[in-house]
Amino acid sequence: MKAHVGASARKTEDGGRSTSDVPTNRIASCFTRLRAARKKAFIAYICAGDPTLDATVELVVEMAKAGVDIIELGIPYSDPMADGPANQAACERALAAGATVRGVLDAVRRIRARSDVPLLFFTYINPVLAYGLERFAADAAAAGVDGILPLDLPPEEGREFLRVMRAAGIANVCLSAPTTPLARKRMLARESRGFLYYVCRLGVTGERAELPSDLGAQVRALKAVATAPVCIGFGISTPEQAALAAGFGEGVIVGSHLVRLIEREGRDPRLAHIVAERAGELAAAVHAVKG
Amino acid sequence: MGVARSSQLPDAAGRFGRYGGRYVPETLIPALDEITAAYAKARTDRAFQTRFTTILKDFVGRPTPLTFAANLSKRYGRRIYLKREDLCHTGAHKINNAIGQGLLALRLKKKRIIAETGAGQHGVATATACALLGLKCHVYMGTEDMRRQQPNVFRMRLLGAEVIGVDSGTRTLKDAVNEALRDWVTNVETTHYILGSALGPHPYPMMVRDFQSVIGREARKQILAAEGRLPDLLLACVGGGSNSIGLFHPFIRDTTVRMVGAEAGGTGSELGQHAARFDGGSYGIFQGMASYVLQNSDGQVVGTHSVSAGLDYASIGPEHAWLRDERRADYVRCSDDQALAGLHLLAETEGIIPALESAHAIGVLPEVVKRVRKGAIIVVNVSGRGDKDVAEVARKEGVEL
Repeated sequence: MKAHVGASARKTEDGGRSTSDVPTNRIASCFTRLRAARKKAFIAYICAGDPTLDATVELVVEMAKAGVDIIELGIPYSDPMADGPANQAACERALAAGATVRGVLDAVRRIRARSDVPLLFFTYINPVLAYGLERFAADAAAAGVDGILPLDLPPEEGREFLRVMRAAGIANVCLSAPTTPLARKRMLARESRGFLYYVCRLGVTGERAELPSDLGAQVRALKAVATAPVCIGFGISTPEQAALAAGFGEGVIVGSHLVRLIEREGRDPRLAHIVAERAGELAAAVHAVKG
Repeated sequence: MGVARSSQLPDAAGRFGRYGGRYVPETLIPALDEITAAYAKARTDRAFQTRFTTILKDFVGRPTPLTFAANLSKRYGRRIYLKREDLCHTGAHKINNAIGQGLLALRLKKKRIIAETGAGQHGVATATACALLGLKCHVYMGTEDMRRQQPNVFRMRLLGAEVIGVDSGTRTLKDAVNEALRDWVTNVETTHYILGSALGPHPYPMMVRDFQSVIGREARKQILAAEGRLPDLLLACVGGGSNSIGLFHPFIRDTTVRMVGAEAGGTGSELGQHAARFDGGSYGIFQGMASYVLQNSDGQVVGTHSVSAGLDYASIGPEHAWLRDERRADYVRCSDDQALAGLHLLAETEGIIPALESAHAIGVLPEVVKRVRKGAIIVVNVSGRGDKDVAEVARKEGVEL
């Protein structure tokens, strides 16, 4: 197969950022809307099915109402090697509660009946493969999924995956890391759709006290080669950190912090409101930063 | 593709047919590129190879003997030889790879080493290589495996290594690999990961195979000296698959030599009761590679069971998956009970107590001999010695020590 399937999404003539493969994609229109308002995106991650898929539906709907721009839904997996203890425990809770890929897709359909918030799957590749790549792409698109971020699938291993996702109108988000050399940054930027995820530190997902000191320089270097918006994640947990990161990138992702809150408050009937309130504070901090 | 090209595998992308590859988080890609480049140089560098060979000779005690098993041969009517990796320093073949990768770490200027271990043999080997080469060593081990292999945990600590218990998931080898990968993602700039088997992301399956191929190269020379011809059949246990690929690889192009791997059959054929990837597993992507994986219909990797911690793993090295699809090698199951019987058999007939892992190869010997004619030559890899398993075997058999 040719190396750059669908590589048409380069800079458009106005120099703006395009996801022209997937013109009606909610992620793309979200960034267009935010850019017009000179705002940055706040992206929240939760693990689907933790504590239950019903709860996931409520959590997403409430977080969207509270001002979260994009929501990443983790597909629970038995061996999440890029995740820290918080997200691993969430996967274990979700699997123990019976979450399956089919169940997660069903939850997306129920969310779509109530909300237009852009949705992105954060997943390891094996559950997708087991479901069947083509069938997964078709079912995810039909359910209303806008994007997918495969943690353990570098683009050179994912040619077929990229082709199938793009054909289904699902934006594949690539990740770039602090260790990524320039030539590879360029390749990742070329392959990424929706946005480009900057993993801002070495290590797994999880809360950290400090942001890395070279964050600004790293993000500038990435933005210099990126066509899609650059969003920053891994280890961001407080509104202060989120605001700081928003000063550098076009969006900020918070995951483990919300996952821990779900772990702590999972049995509270007001779970969705509690989590949405915290997510709303993070969103407000990010939205206060002018682009 | 055919076995004729086998010596050129994997390809540049680390592929053995549709198996292998590199399925890892983006952060690790530059480190894998760095290792691939350094290893490509080391592979043809005379100074590196000389140092490696010298340590294997003077420190590990290579070449290990190829012992004619006179009593077993008599019993089964075949000429049975044992490749004695149990006589390696530290008690198993794992040291070959640990030394090779330790030397590579010096070239990479990485002073901190991490490793995963199941039975503890790779952990002990890595701790040993690190002590020898002046490297700092951290070993991840599932807490269930720590319980089963207490002597090895203490040996690693005596050798100056830090042993880190892993309490997540099934608390066995796959969880130790996950934790080692997490450590590596975090400390990749200062740390080399000495993966212990011929699996994981490229270039590990190739590199570990190459370091372990000393087993097969020696065996080939030794059997030619002893019998004047190649063997008819090779037999080895297969967990991740490093001792078996080490024995098999130098014979792959000798198509008259049959190759049989013994997988852990555990206590039954239900998912979760065994670690027989070729008999219950299916194509999947797990811990950095594409191979056969024991998984449920939703792509979740399931727990495995084996009496031997070193074979208790949900996937298998990609070259074995390829050899199996090409029908170049054949894989059979050996149950826990058969393996225990194999341990007793070798101990009582030949005076060698094998590791429980290696006992899986002996355990299937009575049926595997039927695949070749009377008088045929069989080489069995005794990948490790059984000292570490004595307490666990006694416990299994209700004996109080």
